[in-house]
Amino acid sequence: MTRRPHRFLRRAVLSLALPMLLFVLLVATGHAQSSAFDRPPAPVTNVALKDAPDDAGGAITISWTLSPDDAGGAMDVIGYDVRRSTSPDGPFQTVKSVPRGSSEAADETDLDSDVNYFYRVVVKDAKGEAPSVVAGPVQAKVQWFNLGRLNTLIATIIYITLLLYFIFHAKKGKKLFIRRLAGLDALDEAVGRATEMGKPILYVPGISQISDVATIASINILSGVARTVAEYNTRVIVPNYDPIVMTVAQEVVREGFLAAGKPDAYDEHDVFYVTTNQFAFVAAVDGIMVREKPATNLFIGMFFAESLILAETGASTGAIQIAGTDAVAQIPFFIAACDYTLIGEELYAASAYLSRAPLLLGSLKGQDWMKICLIGCIAVGVVTLLFGIESFRDFFETPLMIFRQ
Amino acid sequence: MKFLFFLLQMDRRIVFVLVALAVVAPLIMPLNLPIVVGDKVRRLYDAIDQLPARSRPVLVSVDYDPSTVPELQPMTLAVLRHCFSKEIPVIVTTMFPTGAGLARDAMETVAKEYPNLSYGTDYAYMGYKPGYSLVILGIGENFQATYPSDGYGTPSSKLPILKNVKNYDDIAIMVDFTASAAYEVWIMFAHQKYGCKVGAGVTAVMASDAYPYLNSGQLEGLLGGLSGAAEYEKLIGAPGTATIGMDAQSIAHILIIVLIILGNVAYFATRRHREPAQTATPQQGGSA
Amino acid sequence: MMRRQVPLLICFVAGIVMLSQNFIPPLTWVYQQALEWARIISAIALFIGLISLVRVHTMKLKRKAANYRYSYVTLFALCYMIIAGFLTKYGLFVKLHAGCDTGSAWEWIVTALEKALNFQEIFLNVQIPIQATMFSLLAFYIASAAFRAFKARTFEATLLLIAAMIVMLGRVPLGQMIPGVKEITVWILDVPNTAAKRGIMIGVGLGMASTSLKIMLGIERTYLGMKD
Repeated sequence: MTRRPHRFLRRAVLSLALPMLLFVLLVATGHAQSSAFDRPPAPVTNVALKDAPDDAGGAITISWTLSPDDAGGAMDVIGYDVRRSTSPDGPFQTVKSVPRGSSEAADETDLDSDVNYFYRVVVKDAKGEAPSVVAGPVQAKVQWFNLGRLNTLIATIIYITLLLYFIFHAKKGKKLFIRRLAGLDALDEAVGRATEMGKPILYVPGISQISDVATIASINILSGVARTVAEYNTRVIVPNYDPIVMTVAQEVVREGFLAAGKPDAYDEHDVFYVTTNQFAFVAAVDGIMVREKPATNLFIGMFFAESLILAETGASTGAIQIAGTDAVAQIPFFIAACDYTLIGEELYAASAYLSRAPLLLGSLKGQDWMKICLIGCIAVGVVTLLFGIESFRDFFETPLMIFRQ
Repeated sequence: MKFLFFLLQMDRRIVFVLVALAVVAPLIMPLNLPIVVGDKVRRLYDAIDQLPARSRPVLVSVDYDPSTVPELQPMTLAVLRHCFSKEIPVIVTTMFPTGAGLARDAMETVAKEYPNLSYGTDYAYMGYKPGYSLVILGIGENFQATYPSDGYGTPSSKLPILKNVKNYDDIAIMVDFTASAAYEVWIMFAHQKYGCKVGAGVTAVMASDAYPYLNSGQLEGLLGGLSGAAEYEKLIGAPGTATIGMDAQSIAHILIIVLIILGNVAYFATRRHREPAQTATPQQGGSA
Repeated sequence: MMRRQVPLLICFVAGIVMLSQNFIPPLTWVYQQALEWARIISAIALFIGLISLVRVHTMKLKRKAANYRYSYVTLFALCYMIIAGFLTKYGLFVKLHAGCDTGSAWEWIVTALEKALNFQEIFLNVQIPIQATMFSLLAFYIASAAFRAFKARTFEATLLLIAAMIVMLGRVPLGQMIPGVKEITVWILDVPNTAAKRGIMIGVGLGMASTSLKIMLGIERTYLGMKD
């Protein structure tokens, strides 16, 4: 009996408490929803300003802690405006807008170096916006050295020193060994063959601009070829893809004929411009090969997808073909369709090989030593990392760390 | 033996006819070979697929010329169809003068299939702008200053799709289709400097050059050659010219393999009967 | 003397400045400026190229050299595209259309001319098929070159031959049906192929840098048409 009022009370409390709890929950969640979607978002905090590193001034990096209402882009924040002023009291102007979830922006808009700037990051949602506290002052500074490229500078200095050392070493008259490059040895023979057959030589200096080092290397080889051709009284046809390369090629071939003592034999119309359209150029050169049937074809310089079309057409006309390129993807095509191919750096060694000038040979030696250094670094890096030792890899970060601090 | 000698001295025009047959026959009688989707293609698909409708626009750059249309246009169309079907806004541009006509043609072709989407709101064509890397950098600073008008001459300020596009921050992902190293310039500037996600579609020959960028995370995904396009077509469930082309490519590859084997059999079987001088040219002596 | 020394001096100074701008941020404007100059120079050079092209072909026509009739085609195509480009760009046909009556003979002529000289149409229907055809020749040439040159003469050549066959199979659906082929293809492309490419690229990079230095120092001067 004594339990009855107790049970009744419990039921009454429960029957009242459940709806009340539901009500509280509803109100609470409703409130939570309204707090997230109906009022302006909470402002961002910890706005930090920093001069952008390694630049010529005129840039400031702004970073902040996201607004609690952003939640990494999951809630209703639309984005952030970065506003800038030269005074802490404003007026502030928007210089950059970034989407929600972003906690960093770089300001590069009409920014003067060595001027005090103040920033404010404004968080926005559909209902309104909330500015952060003003941060600053900060100044954009000119950096006179790009620390991010310190390692590159060190490697460049090492390489230049090696090259200069071996160049001057060679100047003293030390004889240097250079391995045989069959493709270049065959050049004389190829020109001779053309002379015997009374047919011209075709020289294609690639389809790139003069700013491409491969094109310059090709022009160097053309210079030697022109001289030999002039000596043998043969004709050289040089179709060009780029008009600037054409003017340089004309000059080089003219000089080659001059050096051979036969300036009158040079015909300017043999070094001509075709078109700056890849496959139209190929069609024209293929046409020359089929009609003129040159005894020797030289494809030296930068080539792209047209390499095999040129080389196979040349092969079908029965010409001796020598190719040279540093375009890695095209090397296999040339190897398959040409008699000789200069692979990658052999193209750059050609000038030294042909002229045997001691200074040029010296630079090759320097190049080899640098390559040994690089191979050594790669090998040591691989082995140490295989054994879980990271200090060798970290060693390359050291100069950067020292100077940054 | 006679046949082997014939093989050895076979006129290359016979090879050409065989290749032509191998390519044309499957186009007339499709084999419908199954296409296996690779990881590299799926990554680009996922990057676009996860974007919601009416999201930030996808920037598509058509950086190729007419020569590579058969290989690259199908992938451009596939990616455009993917965006259009999901109502993801698309901005089409090109850094190549000869790409202008192709970019416009690709966009207009796909747009016709989606009459519910309208020009200016859901897609826009910005045309060709000279300057290449300067244009890519310019987009990072101010999109509308770089492109004051679209490819048809309409002021950019009148296009609703560009209203919220200030720079790369407002681009969801950019996809570059190219047969050159153009995608590297996009990586260098749009990704490295401005943090824009970059995907690429390149010719089969170029694909292996792009792998290092994929492994380093600088590329979101990669479509390589016709097979890449066919895989993307499979993912969006819209088989196009690439899927048809894959049958032809399969047969052509098999033909080349058979030819190489026959060439080798003929070469070795007739070796004793040939003159030593006839064997090979200098370089071919040592390499495959 | 001046003819030789001045270009070499310009080359040296320009080289040093361009090298320095890599490491000195305030000098990057020089690079930007150089890019601008390069664009101006190449635009002017295009005219020089055009003059060269026209001269070579008019000479051929004058001399009635072998196959001179092709030169007519080249010169005609050159003029045709220039005219079509200008007319399309400046909207001449739109203006002409506005000035003629509907259904008149004049309108018919204008429409016909517009179609014949429409740059986009010529581009889509002439240039694209021609260029795509040229590129497609690769498929035929790869087959004939492979047939002729791919011989298992040595151990290395055999290895290459097998790798090539696996990759060719692994790139197409028919080959991918064979278990393991796709995986081996990916491995060949990702590992040995990338390694070899990187090796060549390092050599090429060093060669480029060394050639550039030689040019800057005036050791390599054949590109100027000078003896070394």
